Amino acid sequence: MLIRFKGAHIVDPGNINEQKDLLVKDGLVHALLDPGAADPEPGIDTVDVTGMLLVPGLIDLHVHLREPGHEYKETIQTGLMAAAKGGFTAVCPMPNTSPVNDNAQVTRFILDRAKAAGLSRVYPVGAITLGLKGETLAEYGEMKQAGMVAITDDGRPVENARVMRRAMEYATGLGLPVMSHSEDLSLARDGAMNEGSFATRIGIKGIPNAAESIMVMREIAIAELTHARVHIAHVSCEESVDAIRHGKQRGVQVTCETAPHYFTLTDKAVGDYDTHAKMNPPLRSEADRLAVIKGLQDGTIDCIATDHAPHSPLEKAVEFDQAAFGIIGLETSLVLSLKLVQDELLSMETLVEKMSRNPARFLGLDNRLIPGNPADITVIDPDRVHVIDPETFVSKSRNTPFAGIEVKGEVLLTMVEGRIIYQREI
Amino acid sequence: MRFEHKDILDMESLSVQDITMILDTAEGMKEISKRPVKKVPTLRGKTIVLLFQEPSTRTKSSFDIAAKRLSADSISLSKSTSSIVKGETLIDTARNLEAMNPDIIVLRHPSSGAPHLIAKHVNASVINAGDGIHAHPSQTLLDLMSVREKKGELQGLNISIVGDISHSRVARSNITGFTKMGANVTISAPATMIPRGIEALGCKVAPDMDSCIENADVIIMLRIQKERQENILFPTEREYAALFGLNAQRLKLAKPDVIVMHPGPLNRGVEISNQVADGRNSVILDQVTNGVAVRMALFYLVAGGSRNADTI
Ligand SMILES: [Zn+2]
Repeated sequence: MLIRFKGAHIVDPGNINEQKDLLVKDGLVHALLDPGAADPEPGIDTVDVTGMLLVPGLIDLHVHLREPGHEYKETIQTGLMAAAKGGFTAVCPMPNTSPVNDNAQVTRFILDRAKAAGLSRVYPVGAITLGLKGETLAEYGEMKQAGMVAITDDGRPVENARVMRRAMEYATGLGLPVMSHSEDLSLARDGAMNEGSFATRIGIKGIPNAAESIMVMREIAIAELTHARVHIAHVSCEESVDAIRHGKQRGVQVTCETAPHYFTLTDKAVGDYDTHAKMNPPLRSEADRLAVIKGLQDGTIDCIATDHAPHSPLEKAVEFDQAAFGIIGLETSLVLSLKLVQDELLSMETLVEKMSRNPARFLGLDNRLIPGNPADITVIDPDRVHVIDPETFVSKSRNTPFAGIEVKGEVLLTMVEGRIIYQREI
Repeated sequence: MRFEHKDILDMESLSVQDITMILDTAEGMKEISKRPVKKVPTLRGKTIVLLFQEPSTRTKSSFDIAAKRLSADSISLSKSTSSIVKGETLIDTARNLEAMNPDIIVLRHPSSGAPHLIAKHVNASVINAGDGIHAHPSQTLLDLMSVREKKGELQGLNISIVGDISHSRVARSNITGFTKMGANVTISAPATMIPRGIEALGCKVAPDMDSCIENADVIIMLRIQKERQENILFPTEREYAALFGLNAQRLKLAKPDVIVMHPGPLNRGVEISNQVADGRNSVILDQVTNGVAVRMALFYLVAGGSRNADTI
């Protein structure tokens, strides 16, 4: 089966940034044709995507699909539907499910469910320690054989530095990167939003920037000691960006991600105790928001992930300090990130690096749009203006602070290995 | 002028005119408490629910007496006596209450913002009787009333607040309330008890207690919560009393006619010495009396008092 995407502007960093036609055959990128070139062979289905952007499929390194254990919030099936609709051809589910993904059986279960869904690719991330308890290392070797690609205790830090050291050493021996949920719990304790004048005003206990940056600095120091590859998850504040920048300059193998809410919103979004603006790490100050954007611009921040964290209204329609942390993001990530391009803060090429190329590198994948590579692509309608409406979400959950916001740009089509897994109804 | 607020949630949402109206109304209410028969029929037939999800005998009694003096039917619900059982959310509770058709709900709750959440789900007026570490507007209004009573006006006064600002809803509401009424507010505490960005509420932070109370017209001492000691806020009560306790010696730094206030209950010998607590500058008991009057005024006003005939 042959498909020709006709008329798109292809943005594939370091490879193509111009108008080309893309030919897909048998699940692979088959050829790139100049606009107007004749079909090289008969029997080609043409998809007219004139005026659209075509990019290598987006990859989200940080999602919570909630299955097994919390299927009332999300299932692998619904999470992957949301991923496809958001333009993601691959996602990395975090291990804090119930049971925890700290053994090969759970890893296999996740991959089986993902296969049954037949949507975006799934690269499971396993636990650093059994039960996320921070004590005993999980069996990374067997989990890797089952398909696990990295380790993290996300949702919790590894509190004991010696355990983290051993985890990094052991993972390095297996070629696995370590993702860090950087949070000093003794500093973050009881906090429900960013520490600062707004939290003081509304009487919510704060989480200081140092609760994050102190742990970022520790992880960099341990990575330096062990020569491990460490990836800092959901970077939210200026001090963390600085620490990572210095770590990179010293040659430490540190990468990191931020999420769209950290460069889009500040702690003021909490407003009148809106629990949809409650997440961990919390939304920070304007200075932090600008530092995150700076980090994206100068390459300190490698990736944009979502930290897609579905919660039902049971967890959110309560007192602010009692509410669960987390927001969903798969269906809003691209459009919120496109705003950086529209505001001329990032080039489209750099954005594709953050949302596709660098995450692929992290996973050891070659996702360039060159003949022979899998046809994982995302087609974006860059001009469509619309209002974010959670009622249209395919995720099981609705916990987003972005409802009602007008945005420009939308995913038109998502393809994994030559199969269209999402196409916007026109 | 009419009082247009359905709810009393914090001091921020009240204007200078609103506050003045509440204080004026409270002065009228205070007179009722001095009568031999301390009861008027103003709110007869109205139902007031006192929902206290955190223990506070003093505040609850004050609201209860205020309701009874206006002839309202008041019922008390607390965690143990109501259907507020584990698993029921605050919104469930609100809906259940709403089904009883109360006119006013007085809520004390350990979570900041809980009254805001309830107010969105009920038709009844909600009065915040203290939420988390956020706000305690009726306390602030009674403090404003006490100061206005003693000093004649609020504009230009120097107000000093000393104690655990971080964990105090009284401090937050008082800073907002007094600055809104034109007073200058200065706070002082060990640095562990000064929350970040508190200046944004309009107060100054003094480097030590002596400079905080220098030339004060009013000193408001806050209660030190001994149970917070696990948070390592200060080394010992002894040292706290020495650095941040109000004693007769220190009181001399303030204006001669300074008044001393405290929301109670007092830790005598810690934040305030016996001599000062019971001394001639203390208005601590007047605060309690004014508390009933202010709460009567709030009930009257949110129940539509200013829109009805004067039936006091
Ligand atoms: Zn995390």
